[in-house]
Amino acid sequence: MTLPASTETATLARRFSPARLAAIVALLAAIALAVFAAAAALGAERISFGAALLDAGSLDARILFGLRMPRLVLGAIAGAALSAAGAAYQGLLRNPLADPFVLGVSGGAALGGTLALVAGSLLGGSALQGGALVTTAAFAGAVVATLLAFAAGTVGGRLDPTRTLLAGVVFNSFAAAMITILKVAVSPEKAQELLFWLTGSLGYESGSTLLLAGIAVLIAMAVLSRQAHALNLMVLGDDAAAALGVEVQRTRLVVFFAASLAVAVAVSLTGMVAFVGLIVPHLMRLAFGPDQRLLVPASALGGAAFLVAADLGARLLFVPLGTELPAGAITAIAGGPFFLLLMRRRSM
Amino acid sequence: MRGVDTRFEGRSRADDPSAPADPPPAERGDAAANLGASRIEARAVRVVFPGGREAVRGVDLDLRPGEVLGLVGPNGAGKSTLAKAMAGLLSPSSGEVRIDGAPAGSLRRRELARRIAWLAQDVPADLAFTAAEVVLMGRSPHLGALGLDGPGDRHAVWEALRATSASDLADRPMEALSGGERRRVLLARILAQGAPTWILDEPTTHLDLAHQQLALRLARDHADRGGSTLCVLHDITQAHACCDRVAVIAGGELRALGAPGEVLRPALLQEIFGVRFVEVTHPETGKAHVVAL
Repeated sequence: MTLPASTETATLARRFSPARLAAIVALLAAIALAVFAAAAALGAERISFGAALLDAGSLDARILFGLRMPRLVLGAIAGAALSAAGAAYQGLLRNPLADPFVLGVSGGAALGGTLALVAGSLLGGSALQGGALVTTAAFAGAVVATLLAFAAGTVGGRLDPTRTLLAGVVFNSFAAAMITILKVAVSPEKAQELLFWLTGSLGYESGSTLLLAGIAVLIAMAVLSRQAHALNLMVLGDDAAAALGVEVQRTRLVVFFAASLAVAVAVSLTGMVAFVGLIVPHLMRLAFGPDQRLLVPASALGGAAFLVAADLGARLLFVPLGTELPAGAITAIAGGPFFLLLMRRRSM
Repeated sequence: MRGVDTRFEGRSRADDPSAPADPPPAERGDAAANLGASRIEARAVRVVFPGGREAVRGVDLDLRPGEVLGLVGPNGAGKSTLAKAMAGLLSPSSGEVRIDGAPAGSLRRRELARRIAWLAQDVPADLAFTAAEVVLMGRSPHLGALGLDGPGDRHAVWEALRATSASDLADRPMEALSGGERRRVLLARILAQGAPTWILDEPTTHLDLAHQQLALRLARDHADRGGSTLCVLHDITQAHACCDRVAVIAGGELRALGAPGEVLRPALLQEIFGVRFVEVTHPETGKAHVVAL
């Protein structure tokens, strides 16, 4: 009894294929580009693209290329990094709650950055205004938190997902408490600056910083994409994945550190932008299925679009007051209820 | 080697249109040579878990090409642990497992996966992948790092689903399947993997009677084609009917090893399981069987 070939094809139509990946990437890239265009066009000042492109010395050009574009690029890099890392963490730890925050990687970055801010404030160094030290310290904090979560979660040579998550939760509390203590040691103005950074805000980074961050995140995503099929197999369980040819421990190590590199880069530049790493991968999973080979690139593009859109909202909402919100506040305000709604709909 | 149909009373090949066609006997020898099942040798294998519990205590056991070897014993006897060690998934605390003469630890995972397919007792129940996607995962050892499948792989998936009567489950997510349906899909994954050696941990768990027989017949057919199968089994009658040899494990030790009729004796089973067994004669085949009372 042989069934027609068309039935066979239909059966595996939903599976991963390069054509399906290309279609999804094209769709999400189009959405992301539309969001970028909107974010470049809109702001407190009305600008003309024409004037900006024709006259490099015009105010339009300075706003577009000097202010909005670097911020857009930073949003895209950070959003892509957090979301792709979130997708990888969720696959790796087989837990839908896993994201850069729960794992403590963001907490580590925040603590590192806070230490640098406080040290700068106490020493009165104006060299810290550029934020290079804060970025470096945040990066170091994220790396230390990653190592801690990995070490605490490893039992008998195996990474235990539950222990890793618990270690992350505990470390987050520790980091939050330390930050609270450190805040007392600085001036009210400095504390305000610190709060703004901690909530997650997109500032203005130099071209070279953005280039470096972009390269690091691209490398991390290339590594995650390369490991995506192995991550798919690991949903069957460690032994079943090993029996299908996966070097489970090596894959874990590589994925964990590649994802953490991406998060460290993002958090060191933008602070703690909440929910992007949790919601976007879930949304992509709902739309395109559980295959990590689709999820990692789809989450990256979706995350870039989401954070740029959130930052646009942050820039525009309080224009009449002449102030602006941190983007992290928008992602948390919009993301929290949206996530609860999504969860309810899924369980119904 | 005994034929399949005499072993599985009640469900003959003619009754089951989904069963793969039997190769003519003349071809069996060639197929046996082609499958090239691995020879797995466990030598003085001892497995001690991190808490200090000794799950396997110095077991010597071979899995030979062309045989179905049954592992029988009470819960916690060390069957699954021994099976895992023989599949190269667990390094013994002492002793060694050799696969085709090479220490299991010296072989790369991918190489092992092409030689040995391992069926876990269960998989996480909340898998969002469809049954067909899970069966396709069985092709991974033959694919590149990105796991891009070809027409041949998809055909193998389809054939495997058909052989386990699971074609109608193909498009359903695993999380929507019952325990028995999931089991059939996982058995299909073993078939799709195309490995000459199978190590199956309780292949009949969750299955109804007809599908239990189907699972055992797949194991039997595989061995008859020159493959080899190690089966952890709980049903003494099934072990008796399906296996060429049976190893009885209790307290991490090998208590008996040999042909089912020699090993599965009421006295030994009674001592190990703490349940009364009697020997009865099958009314149709006239063969002796041991049943629990």
